[in-house]
Amino acid sequence: MTASFDLNPQKLLSTSEPATAMEIKLRRRSRISSAMRYSVLLIFGLIMLYPLIWLIGASFKTNSEIFASPSFWPKDPTLSGYIKGWETSTPYTFGRFFWNTFLIITPKVIGTAISCTLVAYGFARFDFPGKRILFMTVIATLLLPNVVTRIPQYLLFRDIGWLDSFLPLWVPSAVAGDAFFVFMLIQFLRAIPRDMEEAARVDGANTLQTLVYIVVPMLMPAIVSVCLFQFMWTMNDFLGPLIYLSSIDKYPVSLALKLSIDTTEAFDWNQILAMSVLALAPSLTVFFIAQKYFIEGISTGGVKG
Amino acid sequence: MGGDNKYLGYFYVAPYVAGLLLFTAFPFAASFYLSFTDYDLLSTPKWTGLDNYHKLFTRDRTFDKSLKVTLLYVFMTVPIKLAFALLIAVILNYRLKAINFFRTAYYVPSILGGSIAIAVLWRYIFAQSGLVNMIIGLVGLEPINWFGDPQNALITITLLRCWQFGSAMVIFLAALQSVDKSLYEAASIDGANQWHLFRYITLPLITPVIFFNLIMQTVQAFQEFNGPYIITEGGPLKSTYLLPLYIYEKAFKSFDMGYASAIAWVLFAIIMVLTLAAFWSSKKWVYYAGDKRS
Repeated sequence: MTASFDLNPQKLLSTSEPATAMEIKLRRRSRISSAMRYSVLLIFGLIMLYPLIWLIGASFKTNSEIFASPSFWPKDPTLSGYIKGWETSTPYTFGRFFWNTFLIITPKVIGTAISCTLVAYGFARFDFPGKRILFMTVIATLLLPNVVTRIPQYLLFRDIGWLDSFLPLWVPSAVAGDAFFVFMLIQFLRAIPRDMEEAARVDGANTLQTLVYIVVPMLMPAIVSVCLFQFMWTMNDFLGPLIYLSSIDKYPVSLALKLSIDTTEAFDWNQILAMSVLALAPSLTVFFIAQKYFIEGISTGGVKG
Repeated sequence: MGGDNKYLGYFYVAPYVAGLLLFTAFPFAASFYLSFTDYDLLSTPKWTGLDNYHKLFTRDRTFDKSLKVTLLYVFMTVPIKLAFALLIAVILNYRLKAINFFRTAYYVPSILGGSIAIAVLWRYIFAQSGLVNMIIGLVGLEPINWFGDPQNALITITLLRCWQFGSAMVIFLAALQSVDKSLYEAASIDGANQWHLFRYITLPLITPVIFFNLIMQTVQAFQEFNGPYIITEGGPLKSTYLLPLYIYEKAFKSFDMGYASAIAWVLFAIIMVLTLAAFWSSKKWVYYAGDKRS
């Protein structure tokens, strides 16, 4: 799955023959431009990441310091933003909102992983009448803007009495509703040779056993990618909970943050910044632990498409 | 698999089919129907023919404004974001030792950028005495009124989207890394310089990925909601009032479901036309080699 990273005409040249004067000149020039590349990347990266660094620093600042200097370093570090922000102006603490986020994410991720694996297996390993058309609907759904289906979906969930519950957030994902993941897993599956599966079938395993014991272990990195992306997207999801959830005791972190901007007094900036840091913490942690799955997932979904 | 019942595949794709019918196909058709009705959630939908569309295009100044702003937003963000993504990917692709470090650093904003917390951060850093104006002040320039001026407000949400170029960059980088090295060698021997190599070998070979990114980014940009909703609240003077915001407020604030559906369908039609145009034009500029990737 991983491509070779080394794309270096210079090294390829230098391995074979002794260096000529021309090559030495080229090499020196390439050293200079490589230093330039590093500086561009570093400066640009710093500009990009500085807002995040500032956010973390500012969350430990006093309110009077936040708008006083562009430095991220708090002169007079305080935890008051975290302590007061955690309490919120509602009867609930942020603990409740994190718990709600967890309650939304866990079933959604599990449902996504199982349903998308089954469906991708069906598409990648079986022929059946209408498969081409059905596969085209996967691509079409991938490109279909949610904005078109959102209103009737809302009406549907209202009619079956699911409003103000987590069901509208769980169920569509549990039936492989996120076409991107189905597509990604199909791409991964196509790259996995079928020999092992065929051997298992010859030994008398049925297709479901083959899926569970042979395909899933080989597909595991891709399934992990799917879970991680779904985790991130659900952490970031705002419009879904905004439309479907109305009681504050069911709010996830994203809605609670919006609520705290609206209700926190105008000068309690550090509380909002502190809660923003906490809201980003799970995604950042998961990303740093498992970044290779993100990179592989997105590369395969995009490049092999 | 050979020898199996030819309907066995249905067992596996059944969840998808159920979801497709229930949560995609039916809502899709229903929203088309609703766009021709007047529906306030209390009574049953009342058929009004083309009234909604007629009103949209002749009497609705907000729609006019919102549509213009949305198109401006998309046509600003998509090219800038993709150009950045490609530029950084090309630089990273020069066998830099720290490639993984930089790739991670540049990818982080894509992971977090869609979240409410980042939108909140944007409100702070573009505030009148916020981080950006403080830095501008250090260089001795006048502070900029980011949220009070219609043009500047649009810039803040545009920057937020461009800031998240990392995911497109990762896709570009993977494509660049899969370009066959022997092509470069052969061309170098023939005397091609760096720019030639990029222009005549790399660029044609990654056109499928440029195409993929172009389509996905465009479809996503048209649906931006969190940024303008949290950062600028659509203002000032509706200068950041993107169509998804308008649809949301019509549907879930004024409960004008029929009218909101009509706006959604206009938005959908625009995305469709642009996507189809991209697919049509792709025959002329997207180069598909035989599938030789492992």
